[in-house]
Amino acid sequence: MNRIDMEFDLVVIGGGTGGPMAAVKAKEKNPNLKVLLIDKAHVKRSGAISMGMDGLNNAVIPGHATPEQYVKEITIANDGIVDQEAVMAYAANSFDMIQELDRWGVKFEKDETGDYAVRKVHHLGSYVLPMPEGHHMKKILYRQLKRARVEITNRVVVTRLLTGAKGEVTGVMGFDCRTADFYVIRCKAAVITTGAAGRIGLPASGYLMGTYENPTNSGDGHAMAYHAGAALANLECFQINPLIKDYNGPACAYVTGPFGGYTANAKGERFIECDYWSGQMMLEFYRELQSGNGPVFLKLDHLAEETIGEIEHILHTNERPSRGRFHEKRGNDYRKQMIEMHISEIGFCSGHSASGIWTNARGETSVPGLYAAGDCASVPHNYMLGAFVYGRICGYNAAEYCGSTAAAAIDESAVAAERARVFAPLERSEGLTPFQIEYKTRRLVNDYLQPPKITHKYEIGLRRFDEVREDAAAMVATNPHELMRAMEAYSIIDCAEMAARSSMFRAESRWGLYHYCVDHPERDDANWFCHTLLSKGGDGQMAMSKKPVEPYIVPIDEEERDAYQRLRVERKAEAA
Amino acid sequence: MSIATTLTQVPVKVHEDKCIAEKGCTVCVDVCPLDVLAIDLVKKKAFMQFDECWYCLPCETDCPTGAVEVSIPYLLR
Ligand SMILES: Cc1cc2nc3c(=O)[nH]c(=O)nc-3n(C[C@H](O)[C@H](O)[C@H](O)COP(=O)(O)OP(=O)(O)OC[C@H]3O[C@@H](n4cnc5c(N)ncnc54)[C@H](O)[C@@H]3O)c2cc1C
Repeated sequence: MNRIDMEFDLVVIGGGTGGPMAAVKAKEKNPNLKVLLIDKAHVKRSGAISMGMDGLNNAVIPGHATPEQYVKEITIANDGIVDQEAVMAYAANSFDMIQELDRWGVKFEKDETGDYAVRKVHHLGSYVLPMPEGHHMKKILYRQLKRARVEITNRVVVTRLLTGAKGEVTGVMGFDCRTADFYVIRCKAAVITTGAAGRIGLPASGYLMGTYENPTNSGDGHAMAYHAGAALANLECFQINPLIKDYNGPACAYVTGPFGGYTANAKGERFIECDYWSGQMMLEFYRELQSGNGPVFLKLDHLAEETIGEIEHILHTNERPSRGRFHEKRGNDYRKQMIEMHISEIGFCSGHSASGIWTNARGETSVPGLYAAGDCASVPHNYMLGAFVYGRICGYNAAEYCGSTAAAAIDESAVAAERARVFAPLERSEGLTPFQIEYKTRRLVNDYLQPPKITHKYEIGLRRFDEVREDAAAMVATNPHELMRAMEAYSIIDCAEMAARSSMFRAESRWGLYHYCVDHPERDDANWFCHTLLSKGGDGQMAMSKKPVEPYIVPIDEEERDAYQRLRVERKAEAA
Repeated sequence: MSIATTLTQVPVKVHEDKCIAEKGCTVCVDVCPLDVLAIDLVKKKAFMQFDECWYCLPCETDCPTGAVEVSIPYLLR
């Protein structure tokens, strides 16, 4: 439990996808800057892309799509609630980032002419670029980190930010999950790239770490931003994904769609026109599960042997390669039967959905000197390439900010308070395990928060979270590893409460299943065509407010506005 | 809580005849995102200390001697 003091200009918290990019780009902007990349895992294999990725889900490539078309698509897919300028900042930089990754050695699929082989998966435009050889992603990033001389600290769990007199970032605190050494890092700016909050809900299998997201991503970034005074946006727009049942990983219709695979009901029939993940798609999926036509499956058994071989090669060597051994044990064979799918537990993830730490088109949060990128920030449907593009935007802007800011003194009383909070579970000799606190919180999330959302259930859920919060004061950790789980349990309780409060605030239904409220079943544009923001109120409790949607820079026609509402395959009434 | 010392089938199995931890190798321990592997200081072999596996496979893929074998955790198999 030694205290280790460090000093940097910029600290990037989370070295998965967006984090390494932010750190490299900050150094590129100003090579004299002292930049630290800190991760609770090991940067070599951390985050959502630890085993690589099988494709770009949102590539905006000239000749295939324009930034304007993309902004339009995401605006419509997200029921109009987007900061178009922020989506445009992504779209306009998308191609440049692809070219840079290409130069770094990332292998994208190309056609005979050398052009990127873009596929159509979205409802309107073409944005999917396969990466059948995409398993080297982390190696390529690591090489760039070394080249740029970014300093790296692994296995340190960041728990809280320090702020100064004007509310600005002045430091970062955390502890080593093997030695329990306590880190106090003075800095001028920080970028949060801690990924999704993937451990809010409990997977249907009951296995705590059987999540869609890499379970290292337990919402710590969301919690630390909240406690530092930052606003979080649209948290009621949950992430719920259509996944291989029990395995809880992508099935993956984005890869198989262009080959002719699709999501089907038990009769083998298509019921949605488009497999792109949106709230409306998830609602149709949910309805099919509940109907006599369920469950839902990934259908490939009609494809040619050669095609299935190719699909297996991609899906079983990349991204979530253990899919193959899961199927083997179950006796699943893409050639012979459809693969059962299910909907996931809830989470926060702007990569696939739209909620997170509020940021603008410059990657700035509402706290001076604090930036956020990737799944934890609020730019919708950002995926891997969005994490890279916003990592770059944050790296550049944070470097500039550091140039015009002096390091401030550390608030030692805040350090002492955090140290006491973090180490309390190690000092207890009896009580509850972090596992019990986490399991109970996540089980309650499933019981009370999983959509369809019902106000009375949410009220009960909030009361139960309060009880668990009190119980958490009895958490015991017998070693630094368990201490990591204990601190994660706190993040999970915070995120669960945020999910509940945001959902109860928005008194309408929107984003299909993501915010389907039984008490307010209709979309209400007159009152709720706005973002919602959650932040810490003066009383230390969670406070909600509305934020108007920023004026559109790409107009949306009436006709197109509801395109994503019409995903269900129309069936002609059968002749009697 | 089931900890990995509970008598159960844990997802990460280390073939001790192939594991070269005694030569200072810690690759599998280093790459695990959830930090669930460790080196047994008496046996000088890697083992799964905490049953908290995302079945993501870096430990198996990066092991220089092919000593690590990951199977899908029982509860979701
Ligand atoms: C299974 C799966 C499949 C996907 N498929 C695709 C796809 O095909 N195409 C696509 O474009 N996108 C895909 N995505 C989405 C894409 O991978 C993510 O949007 C993107 O990688 C997110 O990057 P990130 O930097 O925000 O988070 P991550 O890369 O997950 O990084 C977060 C990092 O923060 C660290 N961290 C967390 N908490 C702390 C803490 N308290 N202290 C220190 N460090 C911490 C973690 O260890 C991790 O390294 C997929 C995601 C998943 C999970």
